[in-house]
Amino acid sequence: MTSAKERSTHEKPFHIVKRTDLPVWKSWLIRIAAVVASLIICAVIIILLTDDNPIQLYATMIQGAVGSPRRVWALLQGVAILLCISLAVTPAFKMRFWNIGAEGQVLIGGLGATAVMLLLGHSLPAPVVLLLVIVVSILCGAIWGVIPAIFKAFWNTNETLFTLMMNYIAIQLVSYFTYIWSSNKGNNVINTINVDNHAGWLELPPSIDRYGYLLNILIVAVLTVLMYFYLNNSKQGYEIAVVGESINTAKYAGINVKKVIIRTMLISGALCGVAGMLLVSGTDHTITPNTAAGRGFTAIVVSWLAKFNPLFMVLTSLLLVFMEKGALEISTVFGLNSSFSDIITGIIIFFIIGSEFFINYSIKRTHAKEAQTK
Amino acid sequence: MDKQTPAVSLRHITKAFGSKVVANKDVSMDIMSGEILSLLGENGSGKTTLMNMLSGIYHQDAGQILVNGNEVFINSPKDAYALGIGMIHQHFKLVEVFTAVENVALGMDKKTTGGAKEIAKAITEICDRYGFDVDPKKKVYNMTVSQKQTLEIVKALYRGANILILDEPTAVLTPQETDKLFAVLRNMKKDGKSIIIITHKLNEVLAISDRVAILRKGEYIGDVETKDASVQSLTEMMVGQKVELDIERPAVEHKALRLRIDHLTCLDRYGVTALDDVSLEAYGGEILGIAGISGSGQKQLLEAVAGLQHAESGSSIEYIEPDTGTRHQLLGKSVSDIKRMGVALSFVPEDRLGMGLVGAMGMTDNMMLRSYEKGRLPFTDRKTPRQLASKVKEELEVVTPSLNTPVRKLSGGNVQKVLVGREIASDPTVLMAAYAVRGLDINTSYTIYRLLNEQKKKGVAVIYVGEDLDVLLALCDRIAVLCGGKLNGVVDGKTATKEEVGLMMTNLRTERKEADAS
Repeated sequence: MTSAKERSTHEKPFHIVKRTDLPVWKSWLIRIAAVVASLIICAVIIILLTDDNPIQLYATMIQGAVGSPRRVWALLQGVAILLCISLAVTPAFKMRFWNIGAEGQVLIGGLGATAVMLLLGHSLPAPVVLLLVIVVSILCGAIWGVIPAIFKAFWNTNETLFTLMMNYIAIQLVSYFTYIWSSNKGNNVINTINVDNHAGWLELPPSIDRYGYLLNILIVAVLTVLMYFYLNNSKQGYEIAVVGESINTAKYAGINVKKVIIRTMLISGALCGVAGMLLVSGTDHTITPNTAAGRGFTAIVVSWLAKFNPLFMVLTSLLLVFMEKGALEISTVFGLNSSFSDIITGIIIFFIIGSEFFINYSIKRTHAKEAQTK
Repeated sequence: MDKQTPAVSLRHITKAFGSKVVANKDVSMDIMSGEILSLLGENGSGKTTLMNMLSGIYHQDAGQILVNGNEVFINSPKDAYALGIGMIHQHFKLVEVFTAVENVALGMDKKTTGGAKEIAKAITEICDRYGFDVDPKKKVYNMTVSQKQTLEIVKALYRGANILILDEPTAVLTPQETDKLFAVLRNMKKDGKSIIIITHKLNEVLAISDRVAILRKGEYIGDVETKDASVQSLTEMMVGQKVELDIERPAVEHKALRLRIDHLTCLDRYGVTALDDVSLEAYGGEILGIAGISGSGQKQLLEAVAGLQHAESGSSIEYIEPDTGTRHQLLGKSVSDIKRMGVALSFVPEDRLGMGLVGAMGMTDNMMLRSYEKGRLPFTDRKTPRQLASKVKEELEVVTPSLNTPVRKLSGGNVQKVLVGREIASDPTVLMAAYAVRGLDINTSYTIYRLLNEQKKKGVAVIYVGEDLDVLLALCDRIAVLCGGKLNGVVDGKTATKEEVGLMMTNLRTERKEADAS
């Protein structure tokens, strides 16, 4: 027998116990508490590292995110784009298909929109151009998304690496075309396309939509609701969930797994294409290799944090965009390096993810409980 | 035995999960050294939870544990090992790519001077002492289930276990392997070790244990000396009421050919022949039993019928429609093809959570698995499945906090009830069930037998793959015996004997003839 030294002579004061019946409101209370706690920790770090007043700093962040109508609209636009990409990756993730390629799918969708606007913008009537922009960008995104899915379905390739690599191809393609189509040869910049006739511009008249973001926001709002019902109430959504949980069970139930993988990635890619279109034809009216700006990756965080629930994704994407805009403001007002805002965002996300532990488990005091029963 | 200090005493142990589920309530019991104690109870009566507290996986909410009369605090499995308590779980905790020696060495901080050789020597010593058979250099993935289990026991003994807990050790063993295990357990008992064995097989309880302790709904009911107990008395203590323990075998009526399997040959996923030229018929209105050592091709046989297993050319599985007599070839068709042809096939696969059910989904969503495609709309109907789920819950007494609780969180018996309930509800003409009562308590097992008989009486062709020969002989009208992928004969369930079937399971007929000739 092993030596007695290794034995515990006392009970551990705390034990971790799995929760089974936490009411929903309490789980939200825990999440809110986590955010508050993270803000306090951030405040301590701010004081220690910068000598700035944390409350002022937070006020500036809020100011930066929602300080004026223009900023509110810009915030909502940011949320809409990020949310759209998050919606796109969600069905794939629910199927356990790790689509890390949203960045590329968005860019290719945007590139499709750019091509139609540039090449056909003055030869076809504007409504036809817009229709083509929509169709082509969705198609481009879908094709870019379905290529790794086909390889996965038929040859069981690793989709994580495949989709990731497709990003780099997409970025290089966009770089190439910004060079080819650059407005002044050699400066690699495409100036705003079709300023004269707005052909292929997705927009509402300025009288309704002063900042040009309203249509994007409305489209994504509709998509969010649709995606919610698609995942939770449609037969295809059910198939996605079964395939994600167990391929064997899916086969047993007579689900055509290959078909589901391909179909789901077509949808995922197509929605990324929509996001690319909203960026190019809806807001920027041009494209750069940085048009997606890493949102294809941030979307993964948004989707996971919301546990693949499209309605919760509204909140998680709002949180991330809010932090981003606020951080930008403090870096200019307080002259802090933008890395500082990354630190704060990181701490807050860490706390939110950490709060899941306290939602799933409770920590019980052993002695207190025993004393009661004795 | 009464003057002796118990090896382990549990005193007023209570453990709850959440506020609703009380797994153990004020349980007090003793285990002596040199004793084999059977822990008996229905599915979900808290046996495993209680033992998990002894082995350091859970911690009791209240109560004390005493080892050799001293109060001890078991905060982790490491503490349990330090106290000489080792548990062999239902699901083995071994690293597949490691050898026996490496698995034994894993997680030990004990310093050895001779390294792997010393451990190998120690393993051999333990084996010699108790009559185990373990090859120290063999990789775990090359081992049979029984060898893996033996390794787990050796591992526990090497770490100094004096009190050994075995959670349903025989569920995955053949009768011969079980006998071997019991012989080893008796040797360990002679050596003064305490053994607690959790099992649902009452004849095994009677064969191996000295004393039986019974739990019901988390509470300790009492204990009996095995010599004073019978299957009937134990069942009644466990269930709390009188239970009819005879398996019915209603007479076969309106027997009609339903499945005709001809020259079926299948390969397993490594390309090895798993099923070799099997020809067999299944009739509506009868229960066809399939006997055989596990891995003799049962899985491939059922999956080939279900459209999940590819068959070699020359094979054929014909389905004969009950009313019209139309013949359909099932081979080469997918599951959904078969469904579309109107063949009402139900299949309870061996791997419940990995194949028959979706672990993360609740009962309602699992009921949908076979029927979600119904209806023209692209949207799913959850109302009918929910009704079905609550019907199954009520009729089969499934214990679940709610219809939406992931079935993964239910106990093994309840998981099986959900699966069987769904498959029977789809009104099949062929019902295939693989190891339908594995891990189920006796009461639930009888419920399943009753359900199968009901299907038989309705004219369904029932194919029942089982491992308990007593049950096969009592329940089935005909029994097909597989041996190494070959069909070794079909016997009449009413006249065949256990010895006859057992022999057919292990000795191919041709080999027997050769043996006779020489």
